Amino acid sequence: MTPKPRSTFVYVSYIRTTPEKLWQALTTPAFMKQYWFGMDFECDWKPGSPWRMLFEDGRVADDGVILESDPPRRLVIRWRNRWKPEMSAEGDSLCTFEISTEGPSTRLSITHSIDVPDSQLINGVSGGWPRIISNLKSLLETGEVVMKEKVAPKA
Amino acid sequence: MGDPDLLFKALADGSRRKLLDVLYANDGQTLGELCEHLDMTRQAVTQHLGALETAQLVVIQWRGREKLHFLNPVPLQEIYERWIAKFEQPRLKALAQLRRKLEGPRS
Repeated sequence: MTPKPRSTFVYVSYIRTTPEKLWQALTTPAFMKQYWFGMDFECDWKPGSPWRMLFEDGRVADDGVILESDPPRRLVIRWRNRWKPEMSAEGDSLCTFEISTEGPSTRLSITHSIDVPDSQLINGVSGGWPRIISNLKSLLETGEVVMKEKVAPKA
Repeated sequence: MGDPDLLFKALADGSRRKLLDVLYANDGQTLGELCEHLDMTRQAVTQHLGALETAQLVVIQWRGREKLHFLNPVPLQEIYERWIAKFEQPRLKALAQLRRKLEGPRS
């Protein structure tokens, strides 16, 4: 099979919460820090606005621009790595958050893609997203994160 | 966590685990593409995909008229946290301590 021209990952989780609370959880920096293993976020989440994710020591980890913001249903952001040269070199990726109601649960779908075959960025974030989503779900449903410590990233 | 019974049931089948491996190697495939890698009838693949979808291990995305299947690792992470990490952590910590002791302080 020929490699695909783009790399995409899709993550879905069903969370016992409301779309409004989930949207808040995805866009409130103080809350995000709890399930994002201590990362800081700077953004006003309005279309056209920049966003930045910072390590606790203040270095920029990733950044980008908000493309679409339709609370509490859809958030589309441009995403670029800023701390690993090989990932940064791949340029902008696209990350789409979609929220919908399914029965008693709220469905969160995160699609992260880039027009690069076998992308290192997508490969890198693919290891992180499941833990972050799992933490987010646990935090919303039980008030606690399941994994407090970040697993050391591969050198 | 979604229904853990559905999840473990979905994983308790070699063909379905093979399907997950095929998606892991190349995510976002159509039914036709998946059938090329598997020694199963199209109907059997469809049924297995259905079980994996019910367990939330596979999610569908439409790209134009193409129905693409993606591996969703989130439920596996939940199994890991619920059934593996919890039991492994004390032992892993002990190993890490032992290693620090043997290797001495890192430079």
